[in-house]
Amino acid sequence: MDEIKSVLREVLLELHPDVDPDTETALADKKIIDSFDIVTIIARIDEEFDVAVTADKIIPANFNSIDALAALVSSLMDED
Amino acid sequence: MLFTSAAFIIFVMAVILLYYLLPAVCRTYVLLAAGVVFYCFSGVTNLLYLAAAAAVTFIFAILIENRREASSAYMKEHKAELSAEARKSLKKKNAGKLKRLLLIGLLLDLGMLAVVKYTDFVIYNVNGALRLFGGTELSFLNIALPMGISFYVFQSLSYLIDVYRGKTKAQRDPFKYALFVSFFPQLVQGPISRYDDMAESLYNRDPFSSDKFFRGFECFIYGFFKKLVIADRLLGGVKEITANPENYTGGWVFLGMVLYAAELYCDFTGGIDITISIAEMLGIKLKENFDRPYFSKSLKEFWNRWHITMGTWFTDYIFYPVSVSPWMLKLSRWSRKHLGDTVGKRVPVYVSCILVWAATGIWHGASWNFVVWGLLNCVVLLVSQELDPLYTAAYKKLPFLKSRPWDVVKIIRTMFIVASLRILDCYRDVPLSFRMFFGMFTKGRWGEMLKGWSTLPGLTVADAVVAGCGIVLVFVVSLLGRHEDVRDRLKKRHFALRFALYYLLFMAVIIFGAYGIGYDQAQFIYNQF
Repeated sequence: MDEIKSVLREVLLELHPDVDPDTETALADKKIIDSFDIVTIIARIDEEFDVAVTADKIIPANFNSIDALAALVSSLMDED
Repeated sequence: MLFTSAAFIIFVMAVILLYYLLPAVCRTYVLLAAGVVFYCFSGVTNLLYLAAAAAVTFIFAILIENRREASSAYMKEHKAELSAEARKSLKKKNAGKLKRLLLIGLLLDLGMLAVVKYTDFVIYNVNGALRLFGGTELSFLNIALPMGISFYVFQSLSYLIDVYRGKTKAQRDPFKYALFVSFFPQLVQGPISRYDDMAESLYNRDPFSSDKFFRGFECFIYGFFKKLVIADRLLGGVKEITANPENYTGGWVFLGMVLYAAELYCDFTGGIDITISIAEMLGIKLKENFDRPYFSKSLKEFWNRWHITMGTWFTDYIFYPVSVSPWMLKLSRWSRKHLGDTVGKRVPVYVSCILVWAATGIWHGASWNFVVWGLLNCVVLLVSQELDPLYTAAYKKLPFLKSRPWDVVKIIRTMFIVASLRILDCYRDVPLSFRMFFGMFTKGRWGEMLKGWSTLPGLTVADAVVAGCGIVLVFVVSLLGRHEDVRDRLKKRHFALRFALYYLLFMAVIIFGAYGIGYDQAQFIYNQF
C-alpha cells in the first residue's frame, strides 16, 4: 500500500503542487482535480501497476483522496 | 404544441389536476398518457421513434442484467468445483457476452438517431465528392427530425450503459421505464436526465405539497418571462442581422453576437425553467442544467455551468471511456516512451477531447458549422490548459490579477469567446461565419451601429426597451442567486411581498410578452437539436 501511495502522491503533486495529497479528502468533490487530471492519474496507474481503471470506476468517491485512490488500485490488483 | 402556447398551459394544468386527483397508483399512467398526447401533437409517426428507443433500451437492459445474474449465480453454485483458471475464463466469456449485448443495444439506438439526423448530412458530403468527379448526385431523404430525439436517445443510452456497468438496476415495469424516456416536459429540450437521479421522485406517491407546487409555479412564470419577454422580442433583431450579412457587417456583427447571447440564454434557460418547474409541481426532481454560466471566468468554467447535463453526459460516456480504453492507454505508453513524458501524458487527453468536442458539435446539428464550432471550443480549451502554468506564474507575480475588477475582465473575455464561437451557429455557414467575424475588426461601421442604437435592426423601440429591462432583471436575479437560491431568499420574506412580486412578473409576461399581431410563436432554439 505504501508503494502505491508513494506513486500516487508523486502524480498528485505533479498535477497540483499547492495541494497536500495526504490531507485533502475532497479532491474530486471540490473540483481540485478535473477530468484531464483523472485521465492522467489513470494512465500513470496503468503504467506503474499494470492495472486498468475502467470508466465505471471513475466516481468522485474513488478520486477524493490518496487513500481512496490507493484502495481502488489495491482492489484492482487483487482482482487481477 | 409549443410550451408558450395557451393550449400547453391548459394541458399542463389538466395533467397536474389528474395527477393529484386520481389515486397515486395511476400517476405513472397519467404522465405516460400525457407524454403520448403531447408527443402526438408533433406528429403521430414521431411517436414510433420514441417507442422504438424505449423498447430497445428496456429489453436490452433486462437482457444484460439477466445474463449478469445468471452468470453470477452459476459461479456461486459451482464455486467449489471451478478452478481459479476456469473461474477467470468464465468471467471473461461472460464479460464478452455482456459487452456484445450492450453494443447491439447502443447500435440500435444510435443507428436510429444516425439515420434520422445524419443521413442527409452524409448525402450532402457524398454529393460534394460526386460533383468533383462528375457523378450523379444522390437525392436527400428529407426526414423530419422527430422532436427531442437527441435528448431521449442520449437519456436511453446512459440508462443502458449504467445497467451494463452495474450502477443501475434495470427497470422491469415497461410502463415505468417508458415514462422515464417520455416524461413530457423534458421531451422538448432536456435536461438529459440519468435514471438514478430521477427514478425515486419520478415514481413518487407523495401527497400534494402546496410548498412544492408554488415553488414550481414561481419558476414556471419566470421561465415564461425569460422566453416571451426577452428571447422572443430579441429574435427579430438577431434574425434581421444574421439573415442579411451583406447589410450588417463590422460593428453590426458584434451587436448580433450580443443580442444572440442574450436571446439564446433566455430561450434555453427559460425553457429549462419551465421544464423543471412543471416537474417540481408534480413532485419530480430534475437536475439543474445551468449555474449562472455568463459569470464564468474561463471557457472551461463556462462549459461546467452551461447545459450541464449534456456536458456531464459527454464526459461520463465518451471522454472517460475513450481516455481509459486499452488502446488509448497503449497509445499513452507508446507516446510517453517515444515522445517523452511531457507530450506523452497529453496524448490520451487531447485525442479524447477532440473526439468529445467533434461529437458535441455534431450532436447540436448535422452540418459543418456545428462540427467546426465544437472543434474550435476544443482548441480554446486545450490552449488555455497549456497556458495554465503561465497564468499561475503571472498570478503569483501580479497581485491585481486576483482582484475583483480583473475577474470582471475575465468574465467579459469569456463571454466574448463564447459569443464569437456562436457566430458559427448564427450564420450556419463556415466561410461566411469567419468572414463576418474578421469583418468585425476590419469593416468598421461601429460608429454607425452606436449612433443607430435607438433604432436597432429588426427591433421596435418597445422591443428594445422591454427586452433591455428584462435583461437587467435577469442579471439582478442572477447576482442575488450567487450564494442562495432566489426562491429560498424570497420564501423568508412576507407573503404579501412575494405575492406582489409574482403578480408583477405574471402581469409583465401578459403585457410585455411577444405575442399578438406581428409575432409568430417561436419554437425553442434547442428544440431543433
